[in-house]
Amino acid sequence: MTSAARDFESSQDINIEKKMDSSRILDVGFVRLTLVLSIFAGILLILVILQTTEAALPAIQQFGLEFLVTSRWNPVENIFGVLPQIYGTLMTSLVALVFAVPLGIGTAIFLTEDFAPKWITVPIGFAIELIVAIPSVVLGLWGIFVLIPAVRPIFRAINESMKWFPLFGGPAPRGPSLLIVSLVLSIMICPIIASITRSTFESLPRNLRDGALALGATRWETILTVMIPAGLSGIVSSIMLAMGRALGETMVAAMISGNANRINISLMQPGSTITGLIASQFGEAGRLQVSALMYAGVVLMILTLVVNVLAEIVIRRFQNLEQ
Amino acid sequence: MNPNSVSGAMQTQSPKPTSYVFQIENLSVYYGSNPAVKNVSLKVPARQITAFIGPSGCGKSTVLRCFNRTNDLIPGARVEGKLTYHGKDLYAADVDPVSVRRHIGMVFQKPNPFPKSIYDNVAYGPRVLGMKVDLDEVVETSLKRAALWDEVKDKLKESGQSLSGGQQQRLCIARALAVQPDVILMDEPCSALDPISTRRIEELMKELEQDYTIIIVTHNMQQASRVSDMTAFFSVELVGSNRVGELVEFDKTEVIFNNPSKEATRDYVEGRFG
Ligand SMILES: Nc1ncnc2c1ncn2[C@@H]1O[C@H](COP(=O)(O)OP(=O)(O)OP(=O)(O)O)[C@@H](O)[C@H]1O
Ligand SMILES: [Mg+2]
Repeated sequence: MTSAARDFESSQDINIEKKMDSSRILDVGFVRLTLVLSIFAGILLILVILQTTEAALPAIQQFGLEFLVTSRWNPVENIFGVLPQIYGTLMTSLVALVFAVPLGIGTAIFLTEDFAPKWITVPIGFAIELIVAIPSVVLGLWGIFVLIPAVRPIFRAINESMKWFPLFGGPAPRGPSLLIVSLVLSIMICPIIASITRSTFESLPRNLRDGALALGATRWETILTVMIPAGLSGIVSSIMLAMGRALGETMVAAMISGNANRINISLMQPGSTITGLIASQFGEAGRLQVSALMYAGVVLMILTLVVNVLAEIVIRRFQNLEQ
Repeated sequence: MNPNSVSGAMQTQSPKPTSYVFQIENLSVYYGSNPAVKNVSLKVPARQITAFIGPSGCGKSTVLRCFNRTNDLIPGARVEGKLTYHGKDLYAADVDPVSVRRHIGMVFQKPNPFPKSIYDNVAYGPRVLGMKVDLDEVVETSLKRAALWDEVKDKLKESGQSLSGGQQQRLCIARALAVQPDVILMDEPCSALDPISTRRIEELMKELEQDYTIIIVTHNMQQASRVSDMTAFFSVELVGSNRVGELVEFDKTEVIFNNPSKEATRDYVEGRFG
């Protein structure tokens, strides 16, 4: 340490003043650029909401909140209401979650908890990620030509034996129905839940699991009492993301819901969703009808927003619990 | 503490106080096809502290994990040789590793409290094992034994992960004590702790020695000489390109530290290793 000895006697040697060198310019430039971009994104969002609402204004003025509880959609008489579609949207998403949540979490557990050797789990994991890449119109086609004929006997049997139960009631199921939409939606959203939950489990420290096992917990007890609670916020966010996807999915709903404009409590019967309604009607809609469709779009946005806010609250809850 | 409550396949009804809790004969552990430790033979006496010392990678943790069969959880790990627990073969086909772990607790190198409240951390074992006990009482006595009660008694509802590292480690010890194990395995329990916390855990071990058999892995020579009754010195040997661990010497701690019979042991405990 002779020549390199640090001699800080003269204060010039210590350089801590602000400098405008190239890296600093880049740094500042980057901050400004991202600021502009994020403001732009925000403005875009507000513009879309404002303009949709503006276009929906005639319908809003004409129908008011009654729009939400009217179950008629009659372009001839110019009477519009979206109660069946609100029901269809919420029910299909909810039922899709009922299928997808256990399946997705179960898959994630299988893929992370050493139940099978790597040469099995790696391809399965990869295949699951690939499901996300299937275009929804293809899934819709598959639903019409493969799934509907395949499940028809099962649906009929359920309908037959449980007619008293409103969700399964009505005449013998034939083709499109809300339940079919739910099934296809669950196939679409299950990979979202599985892959996010999986990375949540993978990010948990290994010694957490070892700690539970060393206390004499079985593998299942460890998963249920330590791993899932520890990963709960990740799991809940994955469910919320999946729910958002299900609420907004359009193609599948338009293709296999049946687009029925009356309210039908039974999931076995044709129904419709807000997205399906908009997609199937905007082409030949008259003036007030377009406005009504815009109104329906606003309703969907509010619905999604409410669900997201609720989700955020739920996630916060869980995070607080963990700390 | 209570080997008579042992259930299922680990039936060791007779409370015959075997003076040796574990007896190992020619134990070898493989990861894949590579041996990690070979031909270890030793006897772990009851109600005493046995220390494992030796250079990094010589297989101390590996041998320790054999005692509660956590090696089973590592894909590709294989154990050969004989390991008995109160005279019963631990690796016999009819032994359930899960019930083995109920009797042989473990404290890890890195504190690993669950992301649950302090209370729930300690109550975890009794709950999951379905022990019919007064949970409040178990939590209190376990925390007291782990010398943590006074620091946390007013915040039992707070997360176990909000504690300091040393407190977390004592919480993990309390968690292990709550299921009333027979043996406690400790893998470098103080390696992340400051000298004061280390001292407290050492005192704690001396106290626990009255009721429990303790095996501790440590890199700290003073710690081994301060707390342990018996010491096993492991070393690594180069076999081809493989580093294989072996037990060099196992004796009373005074002998290992003052008058070892092997040159390698003397070099290691006097810090002249490598
Ligand atoms: N899970 C594992 N998979 C494969 N090899 C392993 C595994 N764990 C340990 N080994 C190998 O076994 C040998 C002994 O490791 P072990 O962890 O028992 O050493 P150690 O004496 O505890 O060392 P340290 O003092 O550093 O903790 C090492 O060569 C290591 O590479
Ligand atoms: Mg180790």
